[in-house]
Amino acid sequence: MDMSLFLVQLLNGVQYGLLLFLIASGLTLVFGVMGILNLAHGSMYMIGAYLVYYFATVTDNFLFAVIIACLIAMLLGIVIERFLIVHLYKRDHLDQVLLTVGLIFIFNAAQSFIWGNDPLGVQVPSLLSSSIQITDIVEYPVYRLFVSVLCVAIAVAMYYIINNTKLGMMIRAGESNREMVENLGVNIGKLFTIVFAVGVTLSALAGIVSAPIVSLVPGMGERVLISCFVVVVIGGMGSIKGAFVAALLVGIVDTFASVLLPGMSSMTVYLLMAIILIFKPQGLFKS
Amino acid sequence: MKLNKKFIKQCMLATGMMGTTLMATLPVHADEEPIKIGVMLPYSGVYAGLGEAATNGLKQALKEHGNEIAGRPVEFMISDTEAKPARAPELTSAMADKDDADFIVGPVHSGVAMGMIKTIRNKDSIMIIPNAGANAATGAFCQPNVFRTSFSSWQTAYPMGSEAVDMGYKKVVTMSWNYGFGKESLEAFEESYEKAGGEVVKKIYVPFPNTEFQSYLTEIASIKPDAVFVFFAGGGSVKFVKDYDALGLKGKIPLIGSGFLTEGTIEAQGDSAEGLLTTLHYADTLDNPKNKAFREHYQSLYNKPADLYAVQGYDAGQLIIQAVEVTKGNTSDKDALIKAMEKVEIDSPRGAFRFSKAHNPIQNIYLRKVENGENVVVKTAASELSDPARGCRL
Repeated sequence: MDMSLFLVQLLNGVQYGLLLFLIASGLTLVFGVMGILNLAHGSMYMIGAYLVYYFATVTDNFLFAVIIACLIAMLLGIVIERFLIVHLYKRDHLDQVLLTVGLIFIFNAAQSFIWGNDPLGVQVPSLLSSSIQITDIVEYPVYRLFVSVLCVAIAVAMYYIINNTKLGMMIRAGESNREMVENLGVNIGKLFTIVFAVGVTLSALAGIVSAPIVSLVPGMGERVLISCFVVVVIGGMGSIKGAFVAALLVGIVDTFASVLLPGMSSMTVYLLMAIILIFKPQGLFKS
Repeated sequence: MKLNKKFIKQCMLATGMMGTTLMATLPVHADEEPIKIGVMLPYSGVYAGLGEAATNGLKQALKEHGNEIAGRPVEFMISDTEAKPARAPELTSAMADKDDADFIVGPVHSGVAMGMIKTIRNKDSIMIIPNAGANAATGAFCQPNVFRTSFSSWQTAYPMGSEAVDMGYKKVVTMSWNYGFGKESLEAFEESYEKAGGEVVKKIYVPFPNTEFQSYLTEIASIKPDAVFVFFAGGGSVKFVKDYDALGLKGKIPLIGSGFLTEGTIEAQGDSAEGLLTTLHYADTLDNPKNKAFREHYQSLYNKPADLYAVQGYDAGQLIIQAVEVTKGNTSDKDALIKAMEKVEIDSPRGAFRFSKAHNPIQNIYLRKVENGENVVVKTAASELSDPARGCRL
């Protein structure tokens, strides 16, 4: 592998990793702050992708479609938290799993009912549809670079909010000692609603920005959910920083494994996870 | 999070209950015993669209025949395979033994097909495969009571090998998912391509159902072959064709493939699919009166355009109708019924075909090119191509 090829593959890995981070960040945020394991997280990714498909086709305006899809996802998050999740805070993880698995089936049925089962695609917005020539034969699509930049921006924004704002302070406090935060007079119910809605919106946003570069198919959410869990477990459940590092690690390892070890590339990521868990059973950054 | 055994058990129970059998019965004439057609297709999951189209086609064939054959009404028993091979034997046994199905139409997925074939051996029901292309279904595992109205993987890829040499491609990279259908397609292509003097410089297998293609495409770009032959289907083919274009390979290294690359996916692929050359036993635009009539009727019944899977389901229906007409409504003498099925000529929208000794269609394979969002037939790449049925002793 010569140098330029190596760099292109590294770019592929980083870009894939950043997208994984965007998907996984919401899951780990919700788990870290609320202790809720939301298995329907992948469904929100799917819903985001299908919503942007629908509105982009109807209105022919990608930016508008993105905004509307985000708003609907956030609204869905609020409704789910207020009417369903709210009953589960005092129950164990099994009840949470049953509820959120049920939500997966409901979202899948809704998707199949509204949009059918044929694969669908979204056109890359024309403003970002060009490519940059990077080697004599490979061009890199601007849209993919844009998605990477967006993911980095979101990571930075999350880091800033969690470390430097009052909301972030409450989130960190909620992570370490929920009862104490409540006793200090913080409206924990409202905090949880906000966190859940943000988590869901992040997942939907990942689906939205991925829509032009993936194909929209039934079950796309479950596939993402597995990679998402690998990232969250490697990073340490509940740790945003961990999710970021783990996502990049998984992205890069997966990319190079598929080129260098084609026969066993499908297991490399899980092997990585197993090795990390042997030495760090709580993941890289246990919060 | 604590995962205990009880929880895992509950999860398994919950998923087990998802695939309950649905019964759908047409109006039955009280005087005659109905002909029972079991339908085992996926109605949920990734292949749900294919299962739906095949069912629509099957029902259309029987509707056009007044929902009765030789005076006997038809009863459908519909069951969702969810495209899960593990469930196939159990569902097949239920259809054959408990429900006494005369025919079982299914499945879409080759893994499910293998499970069904093993179970159907020595049973009275006759299985008609309306899609699953595994070579072995009409090869090493062929059975007297198993017919296929679709294709073998070999048939859909073999003709492209010599076509590629004719187009002047001396070295190619082949690529597919690392699973049966993909491997069989790549091997069939390689067989005829190397026979005609071409050289496969690299064969890439991607873990199924992974759709992260960037790293592989980057590698292909560094190899610079004359062309790339691929097998992908459904959502994967949408992603692949778009990625291939986005990475700037489309204009530089021609992409060819088995027809599933552009089947039911062109709309989602958009401009990226324009100009792709593929081989398959059908094309929506195939110009013959039967295809026109079939497609018009399908559109009016289901309010959407017919596709390949609908055609294969439709032909499964035609096969049942014609064979039972020959036996004058007798479905209890299975040997006579199988003999009748072996002799029929199906007037298919893809062009008329008969069955090989191994019960696979002997059919034309067309070279198709994507033009303005449609698969347009360029020519017949192989006429009356019969699968070699390796390992079959029928």
